[in-house]
Amino acid sequence: MSNPPAADPAVAVDGLVMRYGEKVAVDALSLTVERQTITAVLGPNGAGKTTTLETCEGYRAPQQGSVRVLGLDPVRDRTDLLPRIGVMLQGGGAWSGVRAMEMLRHVARLHANPLDTDQLADRLGLGDCGRTPYRRLSGGQQQRLGLAMAVVGRPEIVFVDEPTAGMDPQARRATWELLEELRRDGVTVVLTTHYMDEAERLADRIHIIDHGRLIASGTPLELTRGGADTRTATIRLVVTRPFPAGSPESLRQALGAGTEVTLLDELSLVLSGPADASTLAKVSVWCEANGVLPESLSLGQRNLEDVFLELTGRELTP
Amino acid sequence: MSLDQRGSFSPMPGAAPFSRMVAAQAAMEARLMLRNGEQLLLAVVIPVIVLIGGVEGAHRLGKTFAHPAVDVFTPGVLALAVMSTAFTSLAIATGFERRYGVIKRLGSSPLPRSGLLAGKIGGLLVVEVLQVLVISVVALALGWDPDPGLLAAALAIVLGTAAFAALGLFVAGVLRAEATLAAANLIYLLLMAGGAVVLPASAYGAFGNVVQWLPSGALGDAMRQALIDGRTDWLDLAVLLVWAALGTFLTARTFTWE
Repeated sequence: MSNPPAADPAVAVDGLVMRYGEKVAVDALSLTVERQTITAVLGPNGAGKTTTLETCEGYRAPQQGSVRVLGLDPVRDRTDLLPRIGVMLQGGGAWSGVRAMEMLRHVARLHANPLDTDQLADRLGLGDCGRTPYRRLSGGQQQRLGLAMAVVGRPEIVFVDEPTAGMDPQARRATWELLEELRRDGVTVVLTTHYMDEAERLADRIHIIDHGRLIASGTPLELTRGGADTRTATIRLVVTRPFPAGSPESLRQALGAGTEVTLLDELSLVLSGPADASTLAKVSVWCEANGVLPESLSLGQRNLEDVFLELTGRELTP
Repeated sequence: MSLDQRGSFSPMPGAAPFSRMVAAQAAMEARLMLRNGEQLLLAVVIPVIVLIGGVEGAHRLGKTFAHPAVDVFTPGVLALAVMSTAFTSLAIATGFERRYGVIKRLGSSPLPRSGLLAGKIGGLLVVEVLQVLVISVVALALGWDPDPGLLAAALAIVLGTAAFAALGLFVAGVLRAEATLAAANLIYLLLMAGGAVVLPASAYGAFGNVVQWLPSGALGDAMRQALIDGRTDWLDLAVLLVWAALGTFLTARTFTWE
């Protein structure tokens, strides 16, 4: 017996390099997506998420490195691969005059065993706007139609690019539930997002990309724990007057070597590291000694936002 | 199948048979073309107005041809209708499909590019059949008495469609959507007025020697030869074939799907 193709990971990106002119969009990126998981590719706008996704979808050939989806080459094996994947683009993708359900039925007809389009539309709350021309749909409705088009062909893997951008909270939750249901039914979901809560809530595994490079990978828990088993916390300090020069260094000394100090701007910084009851007191003492007046001092578990901040020195969401 | 049951999304991928995909795409293209008011104007209303106006105008001005005016004008009006659909409508529609990401979206569906192209051609032919029906009915009501060079006319329509569609895709592929809209309409108007579509090349005097080599002149002339004299004009058909080859070459070199 030959090894069944199911042994291949859903997506294997190896050393991918993509350039637009001089600009390097994806820089030696390697990542793997296991089957039947939800995997989030997280990063700020312009990090190379969409380019990576579009290479997996066969829209672009890798300039260097390789991409395999379900063990196939997305460009060379396009004909075999396309029926097996579902794609939700970041926007557009329908004629301006086409009616919502007409578009969904059209995509369904291109597949051998499509889902029931009426039930799918109801499920995504598109029942009321079935006869509405695409150009008159709200942004959220267009997004949901895009998601419906991605899943209607019963794919093995769906690529969704910023699926909830522009959605109201209710539609957002409905979309998350649908993606979770897809995973439960055995579909692999690869999503790009710049929303931390989306990645944290949905993803089994998160790949954080910045400037086209993979800067961290892991489960949400692994990432927020920082890999170590110690209890870590995040303290945000906002002050009323600019920090004196050398503040990050002196704070680090006051709190101990395990603490990371990241200056966000002249009035705020983030500390992360091992924390106990004395940590806040030490910060207060340092403030007093350095003549700064705290405006707010908040303590929380490390979240993905903090992880990103530590890794890049920047906030993820502007 | 119920979406409420567990396992309802369980993968069952597969492409529909090629013929079904092409039929779906052709039906969609034709529907969208017929639903669009401007395109319908271009496809049916303008040719019918040209036909009635030409016949009535010739009658009022007392202008006579070797054949009744309606017999002279109808083949050219059919050629005009083909030009409007295969060139102008196709170019505009494709230009906006690129703009709106439709072609990109379909590019990740099971429909291969050959299927998309076949669907587009199918959609064009559906619309052209409707145009020919409407124009023929109006012409017959005006007393049209065609010489049944039907095979030659059909050949001219097919080659004319190929030539204009290839050129239309070329325009849509190199220009932005708005520029395509403007260029496709402008070229259509110029060819309608000066391209020997409705009026024979001989009506243009010395300039006729030039316009007969245009796809519009060749198509109009081939239609007139077929439906007035029942003749197959191989030179005109060859001219259309060359334009089709040139358009295909240019499109293949320049067209991008996004």
